[in-house]
Amino acid sequence: MDAVRDLASKKAAVIFTRSSCCMCHSIKTLFYELGASPAIHELDHDANGREIERALRAQGYGSVPAVFIGGRYVGSAKDVISLHVDGSLKQMLMDAKAIWF
Amino acid sequence: MGTRTVRLEDEDGKAAATRMPSFDSQSPISNILVAFSYTEGGTIQTYHVCDIGAFEHSAGFCLEDAVNLSGSDQAVVSDPLQIDTFNKAPTSFNINNQAETQRLLLEKGQKLNLVSISSGNTENWGESNMADASPRTDISTDADTEEKNQRFDRGQSAALVAYDSSDRSKDKMDQKMLRRLAQNREAARKSRLRKKAYVQQLESSRLKLTQFEQELQRARQQGIFISSSGDQTHSMSGNGAMTFDVEYARWLEEHNRQINELRSAVNSHASDTELRIIIDGVMAHYDEVFRLKSNAAKADVFHLLSGMWKTPAERCFLWLGGFRSSELLKLLANQLEPLTEQQLVGIGNLQQSSQQAEDALSQGMEALQQSLAETLSSGSLGSSGSSGNVANYMGQMAMAMGKLGTLEGFIRQADNLRQQTLQQMHRILTTRQSARALLAIHDYFSRLRALSSLWLARPRE
Repeated sequence: MDAVRDLASKKAAVIFTRSSCCMCHSIKTLFYELGASPAIHELDHDANGREIERALRAQGYGSVPAVFIGGRYVGSAKDVISLHVDGSLKQMLMDAKAIWF
Repeated sequence: MGTRTVRLEDEDGKAAATRMPSFDSQSPISNILVAFSYTEGGTIQTYHVCDIGAFEHSAGFCLEDAVNLSGSDQAVVSDPLQIDTFNKAPTSFNINNQAETQRLLLEKGQKLNLVSISSGNTENWGESNMADASPRTDISTDADTEEKNQRFDRGQSAALVAYDSSDRSKDKMDQKMLRRLAQNREAARKSRLRKKAYVQQLESSRLKLTQFEQELQRARQQGIFISSSGDQTHSMSGNGAMTFDVEYARWLEEHNRQINELRSAVNSHASDTELRIIIDGVMAHYDEVFRLKSNAAKADVFHLLSGMWKTPAERCFLWLGGFRSSELLKLLANQLEPLTEQQLVGIGNLQQSSQQAEDALSQGMEALQQSLAETLSSGSLGSSGSSGNVANYMGQMAMAMGKLGTLEGFIRQADNLRQQTLQQMHRILTTRQSARALLAIHDYFSRLRALSSLWLARPRE
């Protein structure tokens, strides 16, 4: 989990993905659309990939995509979309200085 | 087929072993196998001819004839039909013997028992042509053979006496023989034609059956109830789609009822409290449809994606198995006035958010399609070893299966988006505005459904 926290705090928006996951692609697209430049970690191409995936699962975070904003776990695709619809996602990104407007 | 060794004796009493010709599938006659049983000791020699295992090709004839011509161990016979074959194909048969036996046959005028055999699943092809034949008997078992041997023994001497003294009837026997040969050929030809026609019939029936099965499956997917005794997987997938269609129809009925209640409440200027109760009911009912869709996505995601559970005009606007939230908000914009500043911003943001989420999901779907296409088109198209190809193919299929599985996730998120949008809209608007919004949404879809009905009922040449 330390590895996860470490990576998650390195940037305002961090997303753990897998290159084959198309839903991850959707979430990435959404972040780019919002003007955020999240750090993307593809677990199937990352050296510590398996360890990170295990850590995520141990925390009960489920599988990819796993989204962190301001070092805090936000959720998976479902959470991100729900937060986006009611405007919370944008607010979080602004608070974490990932975007400015 | 193989050959049998036949033992014949010529006039000099010498045994001549010979081989029968192999089967010629062109002529049924040549498929008749000669099996001789040769009883030693004395004047009794019995020969009978059997057709063995050539029923698929032949007319199923079997000649049974047992002839014993004399007590002098004279060579006998092959059945007259085979004379035809011998004439056509060169064999190792002693030519002298052949002419001899032919002459003997014609002279002695043996009686032939022409027999039709029915085996397993072939009919008596040649039955109809045998009217002229001698009385039929079934193919003999060993017991029968014995019995026939005895019969011939008994009648033999009398027959010999009769034959020896009837040279005048030689011509008549000649004609009879030739006629019988011709009849047999004709019968064989007709049976071949009948068999061909039968097989063609079977082929076309099989084709029709496949077509019917496809139609049935298509009809099932459209939710038409068809009782099936077919295999389990078919009925299960049919049930997933069918179940949802039935549930959705029921849901729609209840939804219409609630909306009518809401409409009369609005028209009768009911209080906010009353309206709120009805509206909460409508919103809760919307949650219900998303729950139904979630189950349906698990059972049959492609049914949802196809939109066959919606009317044609609604299907026009189908996006990931449902309506586009952003479009819905656009058509509501005008009808909700007057809106406060805050509400305008809220609705504007909601429209933008739903649009962005829709775009993101659409792009994910496109990526999925591309990935699936790549998976199925990659790999060797016949280059390296065949075993490698099989492994590749199975690997590709496994990967493709995995990708198809993610479709459910996309439908789920699309429905999630729809549900969240409706709820957010409800939060932004006042009670009365919400009521008007819900009525407007219902009216819009109602008109689409009415349009579908008109379209389906339109006059066509």
